[in-house]
Amino acid sequence: MQPSTSPTNEHSHWQRTTKLMLTHLGVWFFFGYIVHMFVVPLNKIVIPILGFPLGFYMAAQGSLIAFVVMLFVFARQQDRIDREHGVAEDE
Amino acid sequence: MATQTTGVTAEFIRNLGRMYGTYTGGFIGFILLLALLEVVGVPNRILGYLFVFFTLAVYAIIGVMTRTAQISEYYVAGRRVPAFYNGMATAADWMSAASFVGMAGTLFLLGYDGLAWVLGWTGGYVLVSILVGPYLRKFGAYTVPDFMAFRYGGNFARFCAVIVLVCCSFTYVTAQVYGTGLIASRFLGIDFKIAVYVGLAGILLCSMLGGMRAVTWTQIAQYIVLIIAYLTPIVILSTLHYGIPIPELTYGKALEQIAAREVEMVKNGLAVLCTAANCPPGSLKPHIEPFLTYSTLNFFGIIFCMMVGTASLPHILMRYFTTPTVRQARQSVAWSLFFIFLLYFSAPAYAAFSKLEVYTNLIGRPLQELPQWLFLYGSIEHPFNPVLGLLNVCGKAAKSVEAVLAACGSGHPGILRLQDFAIDTDVIVISTPEIAGLPYVISGLVAAGGLAAALSTADGLLLAIANALSHDIYYKMLDPNAPTIRRLTVARVLLLVVAVGAAYLASTKPGDILAMVGWAFSLAMAGNFPALVMGIWWKRTTTAGAIAGIIAGFGLCLLYLLTTRYFPGFGVKYLGMTSLYNPVTGRPLVPDLAAAMAAPNAMEMFPTLAHPLANKVGWFDLNNINCGLLGMPLGFLVIIVVSLMGKEPSKEMQAYVDEIRKPRGRTVLEEKT
Repeated sequence: MQPSTSPTNEHSHWQRTTKLMLTHLGVWFFFGYIVHMFVVPLNKIVIPILGFPLGFYMAAQGSLIAFVVMLFVFARQQDRIDREHGVAEDE
Repeated sequence: MATQTTGVTAEFIRNLGRMYGTYTGGFIGFILLLALLEVVGVPNRILGYLFVFFTLAVYAIIGVMTRTAQISEYYVAGRRVPAFYNGMATAADWMSAASFVGMAGTLFLLGYDGLAWVLGWTGGYVLVSILVGPYLRKFGAYTVPDFMAFRYGGNFARFCAVIVLVCCSFTYVTAQVYGTGLIASRFLGIDFKIAVYVGLAGILLCSMLGGMRAVTWTQIAQYIVLIIAYLTPIVILSTLHYGIPIPELTYGKALEQIAAREVEMVKNGLAVLCTAANCPPGSLKPHIEPFLTYSTLNFFGIIFCMMVGTASLPHILMRYFTTPTVRQARQSVAWSLFFIFLLYFSAPAYAAFSKLEVYTNLIGRPLQELPQWLFLYGSIEHPFNPVLGLLNVCGKAAKSVEAVLAACGSGHPGILRLQDFAIDTDVIVISTPEIAGLPYVISGLVAAGGLAAALSTADGLLLAIANALSHDIYYKMLDPNAPTIRRLTVARVLLLVVAVGAAYLASTKPGDILAMVGWAFSLAMAGNFPALVMGIWWKRTTTAGAIAGIIAGFGLCLLYLLTTRYFPGFGVKYLGMTSLYNPVTGRPLVPDLAAAMAAPNAMEMFPTLAHPLANKVGWFDLNNINCGLLGMPLGFLVIIVVSLMGKEPSKEMQAYVDEIRKPRGRTVLEEKT
């Protein structure tokens, strides 16, 4: 892909990057805080077979899994944005 | 010559998988060999020595083999560390003695509320990846102060950043050196002070000759040891109890059993339930019930401060300076969190298994029939309180049946109740193999793992401090023309000086410093986060704005910490601080503030932790570990206001910021090597 350094290209690259950043911050905030605000009602639900109360499970494992998955997804999405705007590094 | 070196390195990188694969296989073989020796009847102490010295020797060999005389190798490992391996190294860098030894114990004691630490110490990597890390990699710095200096007009900003770095890293490294001493002394049976210096030797062998390069390759080796050591005991326990070798799935059953046993204990008078009306010390706080130790504000405050602190700690950020590309820096953050996750999502399983064991097999037993392992830990003196052991019954060290009976006295029903029993958080992980009756080789393995965790974190922190002093203070500020050899010599001498300083401080068992490790996150968050994020995401940020923001944010956080901890009387009298509240009963921790202030020692400076006011007053019921919650917003506010009052940064600087935002192209800062 031809590297393009026009200001409009850079501008739209940064706009998309910012939007991606805000989306991921939103998901992060949901799994880091919002879910845990509902721990008391969630604890009334017990995960079948395993026996975890859901509120406890979210703080002990659920949110952690979400963070790990998010980071791999983010790395891919940001890389795609970089490539589409020709600002990604050469392999 | 140059091409030859590159060829050798490429070969080295290609072979990494095979090398570390062989190493892992070798380590497992070594464990099996020691298990065999144990069966043959080799004494436990010899096994302990073999574990500690074998692993230390391996780290030392890696450290010596990867020595270097090149600046870029010394500071950023030549920027050649692949994402996957850098992730492993970061995980070892991150997980300290406190994570390895203390986390499960904290969860044991606090139940749900302890999960604030699990969440806080994982979610921060999301911020590292999307807001800061990859951009700093593109910038091409050797240290975090490098970025501050370039973006914010020179050495004053650099100096501020070095102060923040040293403040948050030095207490942290002291705690790690202390951790190595504690583990070495317990398992080798040598004096604590000597053990600290043995640990120090281990740390220096890894980092002194090869800087970042050596630390990277040893940290990977240390990660492999620590994760095997952490998971082995609970995998065995899970298989024994539930028939499935995945403790992270089976401990749900343990939670159910704990909840049932809790109800039973209260009914049988073996425990007092903590309720809003009455919640005395030692009372039962149901394991899955939230907000019994931290108020809702402090619970979420800890999560937030630990997360943002993660994204501001220099020894973590600098690990992402070592990847070959910006793309790999991002992937590397994801791998880091994956490797960290493996330990943190297992810690609650440790806590649950131990708690179930204690609740079912210990509480309710006649005092005469307490098991032997209990006296073993009762006989180890508590580091800060010689009257206590690591395990206490009826408020005294549980050294023997006689000691327990004497401590409980004649008015006692003769059966162990929950309120009689107190265990130090550090004991849970270390004692799990013994309590479960597993062979000693597993205990030795756990010790080797704890040592690896403490050593790897200490290495990363020492390097962060010594690099800031040698690169930022000496080379950039004092002698910019220093030749390579002198720069490396200065770097190594400073590393030695900082390490010996930390070891000396650790050998004095400074209780306060160890308790302050959590503060490092808040300090880093208040001092670094606003300036780093705004420097990348807002071009309009000016030098004056950033410097004012760092000073204001860091200053407020430090003021809150020092006042609430060391000058509480001053805080009440002049800063309008009031008592914090008990989250369950809602009653103030200092019932009568006026009376406490009228006491003769109320305005005393540096009171001990037992002082009626220390850590018990503040603003908005905010625990001082969360002081970043005050400092960081102020930092952002000051940066924005002061920046808008000044002239916008030069076109040239704005172009540099654009350059940082694009992965493609040269690094902004080109260092001569």
